[in-house]
Amino acid sequence: MPRAPHAVTITLDALDRRIINRLQDGLPLTSEPFADVAAELGASQAEILERTERLLDSGVLTRFGPFFDAAAMGGAFCLCAMAVPTERFDAVAAIVNAFDEVAHNYERTHALNMWFVLATETEAGIERTARAIESETGLRVLLFPKLEEFFIGFRVAA
Amino acid sequence: MTTIDRADRALIEATQAGLPIVPRPFAAIAERIASTETEVIARFRELERRGFVRRIAAAPNHYALGMTANGMSVWDVEDARVSELGRRVGALSFVTHCYERPRALPVWPYNLFAMVHGATRTEVEEKRALIAGLLADACRASDILYSTRILKKTGMRLSPSGG
Repeated sequence: MPRAPHAVTITLDALDRRIINRLQDGLPLTSEPFADVAAELGASQAEILERTERLLDSGVLTRFGPFFDAAAMGGAFCLCAMAVPTERFDAVAAIVNAFDEVAHNYERTHALNMWFVLATETEAGIERTARAIESETGLRVLLFPKLEEFFIGFRVAA
Repeated sequence: MTTIDRADRALIEATQAGLPIVPRPFAAIAERIASTETEVIARFRELERRGFVRRIAAAPNHYALGMTANGMSVWDVEDARVSELGRRVGALSFVTHCYERPRALPVWPYNLFAMVHGATRTEVEEKRALIAGLLADACRASDILYSTRILKKTGMRLSPSGG
């Protein structure tokens, strides 16, 4: 499980910030990867391990591990949006969230006020799930599949 | 998911919750799945090469780092220039995701989506203005959608059955 976000109370010092920035870039695939990171940052391996653990425990980092590209592994993803009447919003959210295929769902400030991501094993599953959501809610589901990804920056500067 | 084998799947299942924070994390994983450290490293290398694993890294909590405002900025960009300009927008340090997506006319004229994070909405708006400057006259219209509520958030999960 990704660790639950807690209220964060710890103060980050310069080394914490460098660790956060460095660890977002990816761990080397070596026997002692934290020792390699420690050498790069001029710290000891024990310090890196202890601080990384603390950053995870305190919720500053939500997860440390492999980032999988499920689409590359054969799954399908699609961003979808609906214009949900305000008075039906919570009821429609409950219907949409009940679908296992719905991975994320956000309320946003727009006439299209519900934005969710469908994740299915196959491409056909996207269309099928969207139509099922339409028939259960009586609302149109707009599909916004990615045509191109401009993937360069993912870091949050700490 | 037919392109990964059983051993890959075992490795993914053993690590999708996270990597152990220990001196030899790949050896620790190997022990759990009856493999070897060398084999685990080699498999990760191969999964990275094939694009199935992007990297082994930390996911920061934007809120904990003071990034409490996030906006999905959306832009109607000339089709002929969207790839070139999308790359430049995606390279901006404050843009965490950037995609070209289809328009849904007439309700949705926007074809470029860029997530912008900041400490406040004012800061997000300043960053949005930088994007507008970069797109200049290739952009016909734009908007920004702030998230007001997370209704559901589940990470990617492989089903244990392999389905």
